[in-house]
Amino acid sequence: MLLSFLATTAIAVVVLRDLFAVVMLFGIYSLLTASIFLVLDAVDVAFTEAAVGAGISTVLMLATLALTARTEKKPRQWSPLPLVVVMITGATLIYGTLDMPRYGDPSAAIHQHVAPRYINESPHETGIPNIVTSVLASYRGYDTLGEVAVIFTAGVGVMVLLGAGTRSRKKKGEKS
Amino acid sequence: MQWLGLYNYWIVIFLMMAGFYVVISRSNLVKKIVGLNLFQTSVFILYISMSKVQGGTAPILKEGFAVYSNPLPHVLILTAIVVGVATTALGLALVVRIKEAYGTVEEDEIHNKDESL
Amino acid sequence: MKHHLVLRVVAKLLIPLILLFALYVQFHGDYGPGGGFQAGVIFGAGFILYALVFGVDTATAVARPPVVRVCVALGLLLFSGVGVVSLLLGGRYLDYSVLADDPVRGQHLGILLIELGVGITVAAVMVTIFFAFAGRERA
Repeated sequence: MLLSFLATTAIAVVVLRDLFAVVMLFGIYSLLTASIFLVLDAVDVAFTEAAVGAGISTVLMLATLALTARTEKKPRQWSPLPLVVVMITGATLIYGTLDMPRYGDPSAAIHQHVAPRYINESPHETGIPNIVTSVLASYRGYDTLGEVAVIFTAGVGVMVLLGAGTRSRKKKGEKS
Repeated sequence: MQWLGLYNYWIVIFLMMAGFYVVISRSNLVKKIVGLNLFQTSVFILYISMSKVQGGTAPILKEGFAVYSNPLPHVLILTAIVVGVATTALGLALVVRIKEAYGTVEEDEIHNKDESL
Repeated sequence: MKHHLVLRVVAKLLIPLILLFALYVQFHGDYGPGGGFQAGVIFGAGFILYALVFGVDTATAVARPPVVRVCVALGLLLFSGVGVVSLLLGGRYLDYSVLADDPVRGQHLGILLIELGVGITVAAVMVTIFFAFAGRERA
C-alpha cells in the first residue's frame, strides 16, 4: 500500500515541470520511504531517512532552485528512445527478480552467512543491545571510517566549489 | 500467491526506471539530480526489503524476541543515506557553478554555448 | 521578519529540544535506534532551522564558519585517532578490546568515541554545506 503511494509520487515527480513542486514532492517521497523502512523493521535507517530526506536534502534543493531557475524548460521534441531503453531495462530486471527469494523468506541466502553470527555473538562480544550500532562501529569499523572520509571529502568539495560562507560574500562585495 | 512475494522488488524496479528515465530524457540538471536520488532511494528499498524476515523484529536485542531482521543491510544503507546527501550536495554545488558560468542549467543550451565558442 | 512572529516563537521553543534530542540519539545509540549518523544529521538540521528562521548572519555568529570547518576535520581525526590508540596499545587498527582492561568495556568505550567522531563530522559537514549555499544566495 505504502509502496503504491511511493510509485504515484514518483510518477508525479517525473511528469511535473515546476521544479518547486518536484522538490516538495520529493520531500513527501522521502517521508514515505522512511515509513516503509519502519514497516520493514529498519528503525535506524528510517530515522536517518526522515532526518536527511525530508529535512536537509529538501532544504539544499530549495537553495539550489533559488540560485538557478524555478521551472524546467519545455522539451523541444519528444523522443521515444529513452522510454524504449527504460522499458527494455525494466523488463530485463523484472525477469531477473523471478529467481529472487520471496519477501520475508527466512531461508534466503542473505540470512545464512554472517548475519546469524552478528545476532548471536555481538551481545557477548560488545555488550551492546543495538546490533546495528555494534556492526556499524565495531565489526565494520573500516567501512564506517571510509564513509566518514567520503562525507568529509564531499564537504571539502562543496567548500572548494562554493567558497566557505563568509569569505565568498566579502569577495563578492568587493567586486560590486 | 507466490508472485506476491516479489511485489516489493517490482516496485523497486519501477522506481529505479522512473529515476533512470528522468536522468536520460530530461535536460534540466536539477531534475537530473532528483532523478538520481529516485534511483538511489530505490536501491535502498531493495536492500531493506531483502533484510526483512517474516515475523522478525527490529535488530535491537531484548528478552522475549528470538527472530530479528538481518542487521547488515541496515548498516550499509544507513551510511549510504548520509553519504548520498553529501554527494547530492556536491552535485548541486556543481549545478550552481554551472549556472554562474553559463547562465543556464539546461543541458542543450550549455552544449550550444560550448559549440559557439 | 516581523510577520513571522509565530514561526520565530515556535522555532525558539523547538530548537533546544531538537539539539537535546540529537544528543540523546547520539549517546543512546547503543541501546535504542540511533547513533552518530542520525545524531549528526539532526544536530545539523537544528542549526539549519535556526539559520532559516533568524537569518544566516545570526547563525554564523553562533556557529562561526572557521570553528565548524575545524569540527569537520576533528570528527574524522577522532575516529582515526581511536584506531591509532588501539594500535599503540597493542591491538589491531580499530580493535577496541584493548582500550580498557575488560574487552567488553573496551568495545563500549571505542564505539562511543567513534560514534562521537561520526556525529561531529556529519553535523559540521551539513552545517558547512548549508552555509556555503546560503552564502551564495546573498551574492
